[in-house]
Amino acid sequence: MAVAAFTWTEFAQQLAAGIREGAIYAGLALALVIIYRSTRVINFAQGELATFTTFIAWSLMNHGLSFWSAFPIVLAIAFTGGVAIERILIRPVENASVLTIVIITLGLALLLNGLMSIIWGGQNRQFHGPFSTRTIDVGGVPISVQDIGIVVTSLALVALLALFFRYTKLGLAMRAAAVNPASSRLVGVRVSWMLALGWGIAAVLGAVAGMMIAPVVFLDPNMMQTILLYAFAAAVLGGLDSPLGAVVGGILLGVTITLLGRYVEFIGSTLKLPAALLLILVLLLVRPGGLFGKVAVRRV
Amino acid sequence: MKLKLVLEILGFVALAVLVAVMPSFVSDFHSREFAIVGMYFIALLGLGVLTGYSGQISLGHGAFMAIGGYTTAILSVDGISGHPVRDIWTIPIAGVVAGLAGLLVGVPALRLSGLYLALITFGIAVSFPQLPKKFGGFLGGTSGQILNLVKAPFGLDLTPNDWIYYLTWGIALVLLAVAWWLLRGPTGRALQAIRDSEVAAASSGINLAFYKTLAFGISAFYAGVAGALYAMASAYVNPDTFPIILSIYLVVGLAVGGLGSLAGLIAGAALIYFLQNHADTVARWVNHLPAVDLNPKQPGISSAIFGAVLILVMLLLPTGAGGLLRKVFRPLTTRLYTRS
Repeated sequence: MAVAAFTWTEFAQQLAAGIREGAIYAGLALALVIIYRSTRVINFAQGELATFTTFIAWSLMNHGLSFWSAFPIVLAIAFTGGVAIERILIRPVENASVLTIVIITLGLALLLNGLMSIIWGGQNRQFHGPFSTRTIDVGGVPISVQDIGIVVTSLALVALLALFFRYTKLGLAMRAAAVNPASSRLVGVRVSWMLALGWGIAAVLGAVAGMMIAPVVFLDPNMMQTILLYAFAAAVLGGLDSPLGAVVGGILLGVTITLLGRYVEFIGSTLKLPAALLLILVLLLVRPGGLFGKVAVRRV
Repeated sequence: MKLKLVLEILGFVALAVLVAVMPSFVSDFHSREFAIVGMYFIALLGLGVLTGYSGQISLGHGAFMAIGGYTTAILSVDGISGHPVRDIWTIPIAGVVAGLAGLLVGVPALRLSGLYLALITFGIAVSFPQLPKKFGGFLGGTSGQILNLVKAPFGLDLTPNDWIYYLTWGIALVLLAVAWWLLRGPTGRALQAIRDSEVAAASSGINLAFYKTLAFGISAFYAGVAGALYAMASAYVNPDTFPIILSIYLVVGLAVGGLGSLAGLIAGAALIYFLQNHADTVARWVNHLPAVDLNPKQPGISSAIFGAVLILVMLLLPTGAGGLLRKVFRPLTTRLYTRS
């Protein structure tokens, strides 16, 4: 298979597609980072949670709601669900080993995946997004409105979160609980509830990522599985404890992988994921903390 | 401590006798089912050495099983320079190839702690099925490779299912003994020291790099052997023979069997097989609960029940079946071990 001739227009389109992919990875990676910072655990159920809430959105829209009226309802459900999961499943094992909590999130992923097949069936479903797929001319390059909409929505959400963490008392309390639980408890922060809030926010981020990507790919119970892996890679790339790193890592990874898949013939579409993993493996060997992360130095 | 050794040896002999007489009491098809349980048991032993003893999490052991399975497929069909290798001799080779792959993964693993390792190994599990698709000429592509049907060699009068049963459990018992012997000695103590505190282990003069890589190699060897047997029993390998979810199921089996317990892993292996193939039976049990009405044949039931069991086990029984056994027998064993 010969690679078609290189044109700058196509390159710009690939770049735009890469940024769109990257925005989705960034949203999900940020969700992973928020949970990681507070509990030191990777939530393997993040992808299935996102797909589950997207299915709820699909059902609501099937009952006649428009996308933007279903949107806040779904976010509220996602938030409540995230908090509930933390309270019911994670709270009892808060002080258990990392492996125990990782296994519980794996169990949750399997459970949710099964429930989705049971409730909605395993077939692909068309999800009508809020943005049209027609293209507009941006500086001579045709780019779809949908791509622009996805990037703007995702980044707006990230910016909103940044403001929340930076300028509200609750945001400050959440950051404090993540950085130093013992001292935060002494000054009156309810650390355990901050963790639950973190899960709620992560679930909201996942729901938005799911609803944004569903119109691009088809909606089915396994929709988020590969995307979650790229999000893992993005989070690791940026440094697991850096929210800024997750966003930068997501966009960087989306662009790199899209361009590699398009222009390096050997990688093509089949070896994209292995290529992404090789990339982060090499990065971790050189910089164990990721691009923006800090390496923990322990005093003995 | 002598008494503990005697008890453990007696337990092993009892297990060996049970394994030997089992096929006379069950049907040919059940022999096959038990054989597959044995394969999961072998893979779990390997994972137990790695995660249970050295504390390194691997979510990619399905990939090492796949490496073993593909090695057996290629050697027994295409062979070495056109000479097909008899299937049972491919088993140790498959183990060694997978073991070498494990050593290769073990080296970067030295620099990756806990979760990073879990992510990278998970990535390996997800990436592996892409390789046969890319290198179709060599690995059979998506359509896969057909192996020769297994047949009892040396003129043994056994049905293929009985043969694969005895072969699997024979190997499983040997590998169980090897793992037990390895872990009760200096190697096991070194691994557990690393699991409990790397810093403390290193300051006591334990070579972290050596032992952590070794644990990965051994563990992958076990998985490779299990994969080779699985390929022989299925007589077929393709990317779906060793799906991504297999790696997760193995972790489930390990958690249920109990970290740091070898015999408990049989329970974990049985659970993996049972939930994978008989989830409809579990659904029928669940239907006895009030206000529950599940269709046992519906897709997704198996996965949902797997997940629910996993969560329940971790919440209610964090030490797994092995831990439960220890708790039940504690009054007895404390009396035996305490010198009066």
